[in-house]
Amino acid sequence: MSLLEIKNLSVEFGSEKNPFRAVEGLDLSVNQGEIVGIVGESGSGKSVTMMAMMGLLEGQGRIVADTLQFDGKNLLTISARERRKIVGKDIAMIFQDPMTSLNPSYTVGYQIMEVLKIHQGLRGAALKQRALELMEMVEIPAAASRLNAYPHQLSGGMSQRVVIAMAIACNPKLLIADEPTTALDVTIQAQIMDLLVNLQKSQNMALIMITHDLAVVAEVAHKVAVMYAGQVAEMAKVPGIFRTPTHPYTEALLKSIPEHSKGAHRLSTLPGIVPGQYDRPSGCLLSPRCPYVQDKCKAQRPGLTAIDGGVVRCHYPITAKEA
Amino acid sequence: MLSFIFRRLGLLIPTFFGITLLTFGLIRMIPGDPVEVMVGERTLDPQMHADAMHRLGLDKPLYAQYVDYIGNLLHGNLGESLVTKTSVWTEFKTLFPATLELALAAMAFAVVFGLLAGVIAAIKRGSIFDHGVMGISLTGFSMPIFWWGLILIMFFSVKLGWTPVSGRLDLAFDITPRTGFMLIDTWLAEAADPSANAGAFKDALMHLILPAIVLGTIPLAVIARMTRSSMLEVLREDYVRTARAKGLSPARVIFVHTLRNALIPVLTVIGLQVGTLMGGAVLTETIFSWPGIGKWLIDAISRRDYPVVQNGILIVATLVIITNFLVDILYGVANPRIRHAK
Repeated sequence: MSLLEIKNLSVEFGSEKNPFRAVEGLDLSVNQGEIVGIVGESGSGKSVTMMAMMGLLEGQGRIVADTLQFDGKNLLTISARERRKIVGKDIAMIFQDPMTSLNPSYTVGYQIMEVLKIHQGLRGAALKQRALELMEMVEIPAAASRLNAYPHQLSGGMSQRVVIAMAIACNPKLLIADEPTTALDVTIQAQIMDLLVNLQKSQNMALIMITHDLAVVAEVAHKVAVMYAGQVAEMAKVPGIFRTPTHPYTEALLKSIPEHSKGAHRLSTLPGIVPGQYDRPSGCLLSPRCPYVQDKCKAQRPGLTAIDGGVVRCHYPITAKEA
Repeated sequence: MLSFIFRRLGLLIPTFFGITLLTFGLIRMIPGDPVEVMVGERTLDPQMHADAMHRLGLDKPLYAQYVDYIGNLLHGNLGESLVTKTSVWTEFKTLFPATLELALAAMAFAVVFGLLAGVIAAIKRGSIFDHGVMGISLTGFSMPIFWWGLILIMFFSVKLGWTPVSGRLDLAFDITPRTGFMLIDTWLAEAADPSANAGAFKDALMHLILPAIVLGTIPLAVIARMTRSSMLEVLREDYVRTARAKGLSPARVIFVHTLRNALIPVLTVIGLQVGTLMGGAVLTETIFSWPGIGKWLIDAISRRDYPVVQNGILIVATLVIITNFLVDILYGVANPRIRHAK
């Protein structure tokens, strides 16, 4: 059985009468030790899905799902108290902007030790020892002296390492990295990425990597879910999805990678934007932007169909020979 | 940290200078002089008036008077009252504990209830409690102190008879002032001689409650509103989300990760309220016949007792400045980004 099993998850914001569905009918499963990439434009529901799963949307979003199971526990029915025993311990999350993700009023040592105290009941010397160990694991130089540093005294890359140390403190089974390198500069991005992948291997964690960066996903992920407007457009194994994308949106994403437009006058783009709350088409959500749009696409929303080891949400998936 | 303190101290010099100019100038702008006020309605021989003014040194040109005043100040000489001939400092020392006791009680009331109301309103944003607290605090903030004081006296003291109308202690008690704080003095007296002073502490407490509430109402409203908006702001911060993603309890997220940061602007506001408190004390003490600094200054103004007004206000201003200064230091303690600034 997979470590994380999500079936038909929907997340709604706003009033009951006039809801906005940020996530709609999302299916996702993650096995132990697996790296899953979730890609998609801003506003496609990537982060919201993960926040909903971790219970971080308290009182804001309404969460409905057929299954929302982690490690055999039903996250939909357990109490908030039970959930807090899992969150931060077995499921941990790394956020986009390390500079604002750490509390400015406490030393980084305190913030790392806090997790250890709460979830593992460590105290005294053992606690400090473990915090140091973690800081060394995430390759923070002069860790002992950094223990008493405040977040504002650290660079973005260092802060992100601290956030990672905090996340892996209790050897989580699942680590979610929500665009962990977006706010960092390029050289640091590569370092943090390497660190995450190495940690994933050494700790044998499952890793969900939310990102815009298809290159990163192609390199490290086992499986990719492409999200569009709150739905999974396509989910398939790597590298298959990069060689033979079956969904027009995946294809458009891949085409828009600058390297693929070498020598061209203009970069390839998919015109238009992700539809908002009130301008969702009645048919396929991609239909206004899809280059292969047919009449059926405008009339009827496609469901997920199994195809070649993955799933795709399209009436007319691109077949290998077309691509 | 040390250079931070010194930099803040350096800023104080022009502030003090400004205060002396202001009090010196303002009290002299009020028509009438100390001699005229002392003589009252009776006709005054111009020669006698001039002699009296000369004796008091008030016939010199204004700039010379100001130079004398500053010269005395720099020698640590706060002068003596034109009316009572007691030194300003002695009068201040005698009366100040009463004001301090009242102010501390008012502040304790305002901080405890203000923080509590603000935090709960922020957590329960949009609830009836939130709207209620914000509505009441806006009312509290806009309420004239003297009117509010009178209403409370009429209701609790006159109608219900729960609290005394004025003063600090019932005349039946004869308490030797040791600290000047009536609560402490009566408590000590009761402990020393339980039979003679039974009930003195409770009586002092009952005298204190109403004025403290009246004086604390505006700071309470300000603190509650500030705490609420500051909490709401911090609750949206990424690091609060991080804290929740760590699986911390809601109480820990609120009190350790949110309130700590939300308190930084609230601390400044609390510090600034000390000034409001001193201003409010003038009115509150007058309404409740509370023998403190506020009443002392009001009397001094009506008597044109220049030294008392000038130096009394200077002392009060100094206290306000010192408090704000302490708040600034606290601010540095609460906010490591300021403490470490070069």
